[in-house]
Amino acid sequence: MKRILITTLLIIIPIKVFALIEVDITRGNLNPLPIAVSPLSIDDRSKKNFKNILKKENIGIEISSVVENNLKISGLFNPLNKDAFLQAPDIANLKPRFEDWNLIKAQALITGKVNFVNDKLRVEFRLWDVLAGKEMMALAFTTVPNNWRRVGHIITDKVYERLTGEKGYFDTRIIYVAEEGPKTRRIKKLAIMDQDGANNKFLTLGNELVLTPRFNPTSQMVTYLSYFRNLPRVYLLDIETGMQEVVGDFPGMTFAPRFSPNGKKIIMSFAKDGNSDIYTMDLENRIVEKITNHPSIDTSPSYSPDGKFICFNSDRSGYQQIYVMKSDGTNVKRISFGKGLYGTPVWSPRGDLIAFTKLHKGKFYIGVMRTDGSGERLLTENFYQEAPSWSPNGRVLIFYRETETDDKGEGFSAKLWSIDLTGYNERRVKTPTDASDPSWSSLLSN
Amino acid sequence: MKKLRIRNIDQGAIMKLNKILKNAFLITVACLVLSACATSKKTGQMQGDVYTGKDTVEYLASGVPDRVFFATNESVLTTASRETLRKQAAWLRKNSKITIVLEGHADERGTREYNLALGERRANAAKDYLMTYGISSDRISVLSYGKERPVDSGSNPLAWSKNRRSVTVKAN
Repeated sequence: MKRILITTLLIIIPIKVFALIEVDITRGNLNPLPIAVSPLSIDDRSKKNFKNILKKENIGIEISSVVENNLKISGLFNPLNKDAFLQAPDIANLKPRFEDWNLIKAQALITGKVNFVNDKLRVEFRLWDVLAGKEMMALAFTTVPNNWRRVGHIITDKVYERLTGEKGYFDTRIIYVAEEGPKTRRIKKLAIMDQDGANNKFLTLGNELVLTPRFNPTSQMVTYLSYFRNLPRVYLLDIETGMQEVVGDFPGMTFAPRFSPNGKKIIMSFAKDGNSDIYTMDLENRIVEKITNHPSIDTSPSYSPDGKFICFNSDRSGYQQIYVMKSDGTNVKRISFGKGLYGTPVWSPRGDLIAFTKLHKGKFYIGVMRTDGSGERLLTENFYQEAPSWSPNGRVLIFYRETETDDKGEGFSAKLWSIDLTGYNERRVKTPTDASDPSWSSLLSN
Repeated sequence: MKKLRIRNIDQGAIMKLNKILKNAFLITVACLVLSACATSKKTGQMQGDVYTGKDTVEYLASGVPDRVFFATNESVLTTASRETLRKQAAWLRKNSKITIVLEGHADERGTREYNLALGERRANAAKDYLMTYGISSDRISVLSYGKERPVDSGSNPLAWSKNRRSVTVKAN
């Protein structure tokens, strides 16, 4: 991954707190903040150079479209229609006429400019508080021209963080399983794309069944399940180099892999003689440890962000339920007690919540509960949906949903969806093919 | 509400006591689940929610069906399943060079990872039974597909019942 150099353009002017616009993030998208994203201005020479390199007519407009789209899909912002903008982009970036922006009800304004400097892309942008008539932030980025979409994502991350007080999640990628073919013989491939669906790439050819890819939170490594040679095993894949290897030397199926928060261990299930238990393997010294030892099915393990605890799925009570234990396997406690079956627990990167799938009376729900099992909240109900994965800021969940087939068994599809932690802003995440098992990466830059 | 009988667990010199107790518990639980949700018992192709039809069944040899079916979330062998497996065991004893793969499957109404484990448990229930009828474990391998390879793409209880299965496949 190529580095992007970020420099603070100007010292951020301290503004008194009462004057600041703020986005109320506790209430989801009920009142999205009206924001104007002025196209980044660009001089003719830079425009021509980038057109040659990137085949884009006006890279300034393209980058601001990335920002605008990100803000829109977050559900917290309402980017205003550009046709209503009165001020030209280059002038707005120097000094906005706040009355003009106020007139179209913009509360925040993003301006900026793009330059071609030493074969590189240099972007500066400013965030303005329209009501207070003040600059809130000014930053500049220099990178290779091909990184232009990432610049848009990083700008969004900075704006989001400045206005919500939480880290963004836009300069991230999603790894998932691309699906095609009839339901009885699905072809599945690993695929990766930017969080907004751009730059989709297939990582495997579809010759063998692949399932449940998960990102290493600290690097561009992925762990997943492959049926290579009809032996279902957990694999490790470096998505930069394409190198892959089997994790451990188990005499049977390994599955449900995830990384530890420091990226140094893989935790997974190993099934033998009708019994699945949870194991870890240290990726440095290859030492394998057995964490659970119970004749029931123990699977879907997920570490707390501090690495001290593990939540997992077990049917030791007779049904699928969610349990929490210390990371050495002691102190096992059941935390799900509501009606129905519970699966796929995933610990929030913030540490305070566990997301899960629930099956109750023939319906599937994605929900969250506190780590002691209290405060259960169901976010969405559907015919079939499962496998939530957290955005790196613990704000949004991505999961997949399958449709009910008709009487002839036709009409099956699998798609990715995302939903805000508050239960608002449920939306389709577009993929070129059917898709399942999404996993969100960490922020690529910080 | 149709009452469900608790079936006798086959004591065929197999499982450890704790496993038996656990299975008995699971059957009781399954009965509660079934009585709560099974809706299409009157198709004539299901008993409880276990598939009893022949639509998808293939034959390893004349009179030797290749698969057994399970109740929702269950890995307990039914009377019919045990009969099928005894036929398979007899056929395997007669054809001692044949090795097999037991492919365990689940229906689509469960989470992917749990279903992988459940498929493995179902295939192993079949394997344990074949072993008690004298088939060496060297000749049997187990492969779980979870919910990945349904035979029936329908989204209804009958389709799901066909998909909850362990299929015995010749490996050589």
